Amino acid sequence: MSGFWNLWIAGLVTLNIAFLVWLLFVTANKKKSDQDAGPETTGHTWDGDLKEYNNPLPRWWLGIFYGSIAFAIIYLVIYPGFGSFAGTAGWSQVGQWSAQKADADAIVTREFKRFEGKSVAELSTDPAAIKVAKNLFAANCAMCHGSDAHGGKGYPNLTSPNLTWGRTADDIVATISNGRMGAMPSWQAVLGEQGVVQVANYVYSLSGRAAPDAAAAAAGKEKFATICSACHGPDGKGNKALGAPNLTDEYWIYGSSLDTIKETVTNGRTNRMPAWLDTLGEQKVKLLAAYVYSLAPPPAEAPAPAAAEPTPPGT
Amino acid sequence: MQSAETYNDTVVRQFALMTVVWGIVGMLVGVVIASQLLFPALNFDIAWLSYGRLRPLHTNAVIFAFGGSALFSTSYYIVQRTCHTRLFAGPLATFTFWGWQAIILAAAITLPLGITSGKEYAELEWPIDIAIAVVWVAYAIVFLGTLVKRKTKHIYVANWFFAAFIITVAVLHIVNSAEVPVTLWKSYSAYAGTVDAMVEWWYGHNAVGFFLTAGFLGIMYYFVPKQAGRPVYSYRLSVVHFWALISVYMWAGPHHLIYTTLPDWAQSLGMVFSLILIAPSWGGMINGIMTLSGAWHKLRTDPILKFLIVSLSFYGMSTFEGPMMAIKTVNSLSHYTDWTIGHVHSGALGWVAMVSIGALYALIPRLYGRTEMYSVKLIDVHFWTMTIGVVLYVCAMWISGVTQGLMWRATNPDGTLTYTFVEALKATYPFYAVRLAGGVLVLGGMFLMAYNVFKTVTGPKAIIADQPVPQPAHG
Repeated sequence: MSGFWNLWIAGLVTLNIAFLVWLLFVTANKKKSDQDAGPETTGHTWDGDLKEYNNPLPRWWLGIFYGSIAFAIIYLVIYPGFGSFAGTAGWSQVGQWSAQKADADAIVTREFKRFEGKSVAELSTDPAAIKVAKNLFAANCAMCHGSDAHGGKGYPNLTSPNLTWGRTADDIVATISNGRMGAMPSWQAVLGEQGVVQVANYVYSLSGRAAPDAAAAAAGKEKFATICSACHGPDGKGNKALGAPNLTDEYWIYGSSLDTIKETVTNGRTNRMPAWLDTLGEQKVKLLAAYVYSLAPPPAEAPAPAAAEPTPPGT
Repeated sequence: MQSAETYNDTVVRQFALMTVVWGIVGMLVGVVIASQLLFPALNFDIAWLSYGRLRPLHTNAVIFAFGGSALFSTSYYIVQRTCHTRLFAGPLATFTFWGWQAIILAAAITLPLGITSGKEYAELEWPIDIAIAVVWVAYAIVFLGTLVKRKTKHIYVANWFFAAFIITVAVLHIVNSAEVPVTLWKSYSAYAGTVDAMVEWWYGHNAVGFFLTAGFLGIMYYFVPKQAGRPVYSYRLSVVHFWALISVYMWAGPHHLIYTTLPDWAQSLGMVFSLILIAPSWGGMINGIMTLSGAWHKLRTDPILKFLIVSLSFYGMSTFEGPMMAIKTVNSLSHYTDWTIGHVHSGALGWVAMVSIGALYALIPRLYGRTEMYSVKLIDVHFWTMTIGVVLYVCAMWISGVTQGLMWRATNPDGTLTYTFVEALKATYPFYAVRLAGGVLVLGGMFLMAYNVFKTVTGPKAIIADQPVPQPAHG
């Protein structure tokens, strides 16, 4: 606050409070004879019978008024408020927040000690860890993924044995920590209306269902091989590194109907999982990962790097 | 001795009848959105009926259509009677009626269409904002012009409050509505970020302080002494609480932004001045209720007085509750919960609506040359229906709000949150049903009123004529 605004605020506060005190003083201290006069009206009459008494201000009411003014003055000495004067207590809302945050962090440090040094896989079978993790999930994840973790349209079902970005312990930790950006481009311009129908029919058939239009599906197979396979793979099993969903299983993030697939191919999809590491910290992320890990049978962890997995998981 | 001059009662009658109409409309929309909170399917998947669009329609309809019409009607009536002169600039007064109704209609069309500036209680888009400013300036000219040409020496206390309300609302509306139009129906605020929020709540809280408090205190200062047949309790008290009220309210806006990006000093000032507001607010309540001393027995037989006195009790309660909620520690629990909704409705239904309804029951027979309403018994039924409705509503929201506040902040020993948001929502669900029941009772009361008013103004004894202006008494 600059010098002028400091004086402006402090000056206005002082003037207003001084005005109130003056107002109370001049009206409360009427001459004794005035009050003895009893129920005399002020002498004015409006609209036939409207008159006013001039009773003294009730003492209890004056007490409340002066009391609240005294409180305000004391408060403004202790706390910030009087212009740029910071108050004798050194209080600030940021300071209060920091103190509460430090307390909360201390609890986390204390409580999470027992989970230290344990792997995600170990924690996923530890009932104490899962109990805490479920609370964290309910408070932070359930609004998108649902309280049962089954997700919804556009929100992955975390109980699925395959996840688009992988469900090894490391994959899950990475997804929660840094978030994910899923982007499927729009293919309308490249494929044209007919091409979209053909590709959609082929994709429909990939999960073992009979395509509604077999001829279109056959034509779509060729287009899929040249365009879609770049991300989804020649067999349509997806690519975890790119976040390209597996199109051959029964799980669909946006829905499995032909219309939905057409919509996806036509307009593309953009989706985002936010990054939680800064908000939650490593320990909580690890517990949440353990909970998600526990929701489906553990994948066969490949000894080789994740990219070499024989069946890229993905939905 | 009577002069040939008559009062301009036509505009008073028009606004009085529209108060009843808009009361029903606004409260009906309130009941609809209260039902939607209980049964979300009741928006029928139609965008126009969605909660986000109907909620501003409800607030605008009850505050500006119902409350506004009540204020226009009573202020025009009172300023003429207490100045012993006909309304200044008659055609302009007629213009304020048709202009205000056109604005309400524009609001009722644009808000469901999703046309909004996004500022709470100031949602209307810029062309309507300009219309409001024009009508409001006309209102100021009519009212203040009448004060200037008054035949009495002193300005009656009710008129101080009306004048303060009219002048301040003009300033609030114009400053808060400063916006940059980009199309005919879209504009952006002239302010950014925290400053925008502060301007919005400076406007918002003074809309409460001047539109919903000072204006209705004007109503109270005329109808309570008239109905009780007693002089106002204390002239001195009215002077103190008037000046204290209008100077201190100006500071209170920041209490809507406690624990936000608003600087600490502004939050503190919002809090301490809110606390100082208790006494000035109670000054009005004391002056109203004590006016009845010596005539308490009238409460037994006069349901209009019951409306007026209960409204003052709700006023006293809300103006104690508000400062308590402005205390930072309390606010950290109450903010963003249903407690706020309960507080608003104890003020809006308990105080504003009840004092308006009481005043209308006193006013309408006089405007139609009758001694009393068609059915006094029905006024009594309305009183009890409404009182029970308001109490149900307010208590439900108190319990629900405190429950929410406590559940949101509860933590387990391991530091995690005890409840999810959905669990808190589930806990408040029964109270939403109680709130709806309360709202239905209040709305039902309005239908009783509409019937009673209809019978009064169309009955064989009704006379529609402007009353002559009597000579003022000396003094």
